Amino acid sequence: MENPLLSVRNLTLDIPVGGGTLHAVRGIDFDLMRGETLCIVGESGSGKSLTSLALMGLLGKTIRRSADRMDFDGTDILTAKPRAMRALRGDRMAMIFQEPMTSLNPAYTIGDQLTEALLLHKSVGREAARERAVELLEKVGITAARSRLGQYPHQLSGGLRQRVMIAMALMCEPELIIADEPTTALDVTIQAQILRLLYDLGREMNMAMILITHDLGVVARVADKVAVMYAGELVETGPAADVFNTPSHPYTRGLLRCIPQPGKTERGSTLGTIPGIVPSLIGEVEGCAFRTRCSHARPECRAEIPHRKEGEHAFRCIHPDGARHAEEEVSA
Amino acid sequence: MSTQSPAILELRGVTKTYRVKQGLFGTARPLTAVNDVSLSLPRGEVLGLVGESGCGKSTLAKILLGLEAPTAGQVLVDGEEIGAQDRMTLARRIQPIFQDPYSSLNPRKSIFDIVSLPLRVHGIGDRAHWEKEVRSILDIVGLPARVMNTFPNQMSGGQRQRVAIARALIMKPEIVICDEPTSALDVSVQSQILNLLGDLRREFGLTYLFISHDLAVVEHLATRVAVMYLGRIVEEADVAGLFDEARHPYTQALLKSVLTPEPGLGVPDTQLGMAYPNPIDPPSGCHFHPRCPMATDLCKTTAPRAVETSVGRVECHLHDPQSPMHNPKAA
Repeated sequence: MENPLLSVRNLTLDIPVGGGTLHAVRGIDFDLMRGETLCIVGESGSGKSLTSLALMGLLGKTIRRSADRMDFDGTDILTAKPRAMRALRGDRMAMIFQEPMTSLNPAYTIGDQLTEALLLHKSVGREAARERAVELLEKVGITAARSRLGQYPHQLSGGLRQRVMIAMALMCEPELIIADEPTTALDVTIQAQILRLLYDLGREMNMAMILITHDLGVVARVADKVAVMYAGELVETGPAADVFNTPSHPYTRGLLRCIPQPGKTERGSTLGTIPGIVPSLIGEVEGCAFRTRCSHARPECRAEIPHRKEGEHAFRCIHPDGARHAEEEVSA
Repeated sequence: MSTQSPAILELRGVTKTYRVKQGLFGTARPLTAVNDVSLSLPRGEVLGLVGESGCGKSTLAKILLGLEAPTAGQVLVDGEEIGAQDRMTLARRIQPIFQDPYSSLNPRKSIFDIVSLPLRVHGIGDRAHWEKEVRSILDIVGLPARVMNTFPNQMSGGQRQRVAIARALIMKPEIVICDEPTSALDVSVQSQILNLLGDLRREFGLTYLFISHDLAVVEHLATRVAVMYLGRIVEEADVAGLFDEARHPYTQALLKSVLTPEPGLGVPDTQLGMAYPNPIDPPSGCHFHPRCPMATDLCKTTAPRAVETSVGRVECHLHDPQSPMHNPKAA
């Protein structure tokens, strides 16, 4: 069997804060094959963005990272020297950030920023780099690409800036792209276009992608694999079809009930909610972190939570079926 | 009782033109942000307003709030033109809820100060009265009375948005302008706020103008929907008419780009060009023609007129019986 491009086991991120340690990410595992798209979905504060920064080696100095394994195609990210990480970043793994307004440097032209990584990592001349930049800008659907090279970020609209960010990430044909909410700030029409573009480019270049988002619609449409994150843990993982067709963790089902689904949710009806708030992750977190908001919680939820697995579809819950059948009986 | 409920809010040919200077020494050129918009909103309805950023949604909201004066046209509240009413009177009837509950609440004021401010500005009652009113409105929006003495930074995003709703409702307005009220919130909080807005509307007979880019949310909450493109309302219909049988090619593209959580369907091809046109230099004829998959030469030269449909109104040659392009089935 083919080895995964990226393999992560028991990734843990701790942040020392006044009054203890914030366990922001608590022992997550996943594998990503070449050409595969993994969507990490969760709400703010669930640790999804920190996870992406940890993979890129871009965490702040105060954050403690530990893992049993973090392997990128034979390179151990955990022990890699800064120089080795710099050689990976931008070349073999690239990141698309959430805010195209703040992630581009306002003082440099689009052309300079696009060609920087290529000039750094590959032995190409300035002219060849600019040609490549024009080619990619055209590929992401930017008209008059050549004239854009001399423009500054403030001269472009939000949608254009996000496409510049994507082109920039693709400059060195990376094997892995990590996109943190790449379309959240954009209009729905542009969002569909950009996701389609990322999806097609991923297929064309056999690029693996980790897409971080809170939008379940985006997840359902682009993911091969889905990881649902809650309070620093992956509570449910599996192929997209399995997770959406038989959502097993009560949190996953709760999220799906919260969004109005055209054609399914009756217009004007009361939407599902998840009562309560995300628990504090400062200090020891025991048992299931979702138990304070879960209608199926039992005293056992304070103890160790079993991992349940059926094929590729896995979730963590004390109920063997994640209490799915109990909910179906109530609604029937 | 008449079957036609009277319009509480009516716009007649509202146009807003800004003069925009291009470059340091450039000459000022007109930018028509809102272009001849006519809408009529019956009491108790929710009008969803959708469109891409830059299409004029927020300018329209500002005009309704009296923060901008229209260049032409009239806005009538309950049959009275708002230009003729002073800001204070208008503020009693129309209140806003904004997108970002982090920047729309003053971080240095307590929740009591924030929510009671409209009462104090209008000089209604004394401190005891304010406290009673704030307590009651906080209860209505689902916040405990003890938050009165806390500050916005001690609250979550959902709680802050509830405070913003309490502030908007304390004057018992008739119309609430909701400008992307849930787009900064998490999914689980968003549904709570949407439920609250729905409950409040039923309980107090409120009328909403609901601006959102999330069409699934608009479909859920709105009773009527207006689609805006480059300052014009290109289609308007009741919610079923718009979502079940969209007529305008732009509306169809918008609906196509909604990503429902159904795996295996992939990302739809909207068939729209990538480029949103420059509002200073809008395309000739139908403003939408450069991105329209159905466009013909006629669309490049002649702007379509508004045509009444069985459920609303649409501006498209394909739906105009008097146009040589008339072919409602093609769209």
